[in-house]
Amino acid sequence: MSAVQDAAAGGPYEPAWAGLRKVGLPRPGVALAVAFFALVCLAAAFPGLFAHAPDRVDPALALRGPMKGHPLGTDQLGRDVLARLVFGARPSLLVGVGSTLLAGVAGAAWGLFSALGGRVAGEAAMRLADVLLSFPAVLMALLVVAVLGPGTRNAALAITVALAPGFARVVRAQALVVRGSPYVRAAVGLGLAPARILLRHIAPNVVAPLLILATVNVGTALIAGASLSFLGLGPRPPAPEWGAMLAQSRDYLDVSWTLALFPGAAITLTVLSATVAGRALQARYEGREVR
Amino acid sequence: MPPLARRLTRRLALTLFVLWGAATFAFAGMRLVPGDPARVIAGGVQANATPQVLDAIRAEYGLREPIVVQYALFLGRLLRADLGGSYQLGRPVSQVIGEQIGATLALAAGAAALGFGLAVALATLTAGRPRLRALSRAAEFCSISTPNFWIGILLLAAFSFHLGWFPVIGDDGPAELVLPCAALALPIAGVLAQVTREGLERALDQPFALTARARGATEHRIRVRHALRHAALPVLTLSGWVLGELLAGTVVVETVFARQGLGHVVVAAVRGRDFPVVTGVVVLSALTFSLINIVVDLLYGLADPRIGAAA
Repeated sequence: MSAVQDAAAGGPYEPAWAGLRKVGLPRPGVALAVAFFALVCLAAAFPGLFAHAPDRVDPALALRGPMKGHPLGTDQLGRDVLARLVFGARPSLLVGVGSTLLAGVAGAAWGLFSALGGRVAGEAAMRLADVLLSFPAVLMALLVVAVLGPGTRNAALAITVALAPGFARVVRAQALVVRGSPYVRAAVGLGLAPARILLRHIAPNVVAPLLILATVNVGTALIAGASLSFLGLGPRPPAPEWGAMLAQSRDYLDVSWTLALFPGAAITLTVLSATVAGRALQARYEGREVR
Repeated sequence: MPPLARRLTRRLALTLFVLWGAATFAFAGMRLVPGDPARVIAGGVQANATPQVLDAIRAEYGLREPIVVQYALFLGRLLRADLGGSYQLGRPVSQVIGEQIGATLALAAGAAALGFGLAVALATLTAGRPRLRALSRAAEFCSISTPNFWIGILLLAAFSFHLGWFPVIGDDGPAELVLPCAALALPIAGVLAQVTREGLERALDQPFALTARARGATEHRIRVRHALRHAALPVLTLSGWVLGELLAGTVVVETVFARQGLGHVVVAAVRGRDFPVVTGVVVLSALTFSLINIVVDLLYGLADPRIGAAA
């Protein structure tokens, strides 16, 4: 996070997209990661393309390993694990990616307000972020779920609340740097409306570090979301969700260990691809090569 | 006032502010829950409590006072370290926390030791050695991306169910700690190893490393005796993050391994909306978090005397 700030501090005059334009041909690992993440997103958008009937119960075929017709085996009710994984992509991504996006937007508004709003209000907004950041994100999320109750939407909101102050801090730091730069002072001197300066001259410079932080954070949010549903605080049971599938598989470990293998692998590979892509983006933006 | 004392005073004041903030969030959360708090305390709508019972609860918990008075009473009780009684368990929260905190501390301490140890060993072995480093980096990326509960389930499947080396559930004795600690420590070790190695490689490029080499020190000695101390600073910075991961991780890992502990208690409390327990754990962890950060701040001076002199 501080690396993003440092890089941002070094080049406040570059337009926001200059860092992103530098991205040339990705390395094979990064390309693979991006391709896999795109595939997961596709499955989340159109699960019907890959599998059918995630809820079809077949007690005669319960708890089997991989076999013909069920390439990843079946769960305790004889439902096809592959189909449930594919249909589970949507709720899993909704919580992980959705909460990151929401937190990015909320954090950007929060950070800009704190940097550019009045002195007292801005300071108060940052102290609020300090308090929120002073206890662990998952505990914060648990507190929010305790208030709102469990469920997919509430889990996503909980993670949003936990992530937003971090975004606010980065945006504030970047906005403060930009605010002091000569061209913004020139714009102020020209008598442009504050709203115009904010939207046209300051906000675009905050976008690149924000996007990168968001990509790096998707992995964290995905794991936090999976943790909440593993604890039974996310999507309700019949809905296929990776964390919830893992929670159920815990009870059948002695019979079928492959039941625990695939949902966990789905989470890990998705998080891994998001992390690799995010780190590569960050490294490019900071102008250093990935070793 | 000497600078160190002044800094400490400021940090302690900030800690108090943070605690007040955490308590206020928890109080606001308690009041944001839809429905009559007395009914929530009585066990929810399903419990069908009689009006007399609800009245008794309102009197006992001061629910008939204006909200400002309730807030003041709540803060006053917190100041006396009185966290109130658990709705679900019918016992004082401090007693519940006192009973459960030992198991969680043992788990967290074990995992921290394992995580730091593993990270330092990996980094010392692989820093500045391209092939080993590439291997280790790949492993670290995987371990960072793996949710700790999946590691826990896989460890259970392999070592408890298949090989039978460790008991499936339970929390008495050190043998039961091995698998939960490993599940908790592996993702943390991944991040720490990356940061430690970066610091080590920077240190190995410094003139003092060359001097030590010229004096004939072995590679091993340069790494362990000279460079590691320089790598300690960025790792120290991450201590707060590690603590957060540990606190959050114990919640999940205790569920995986069906262990006793605070995490187990807080999950049950969140499910049952047992706010005094949730509040207690949140305030306690905010306190721990702040205190550890102060300790880390002081340790900077020890790890790098230049910082202490400058402050």
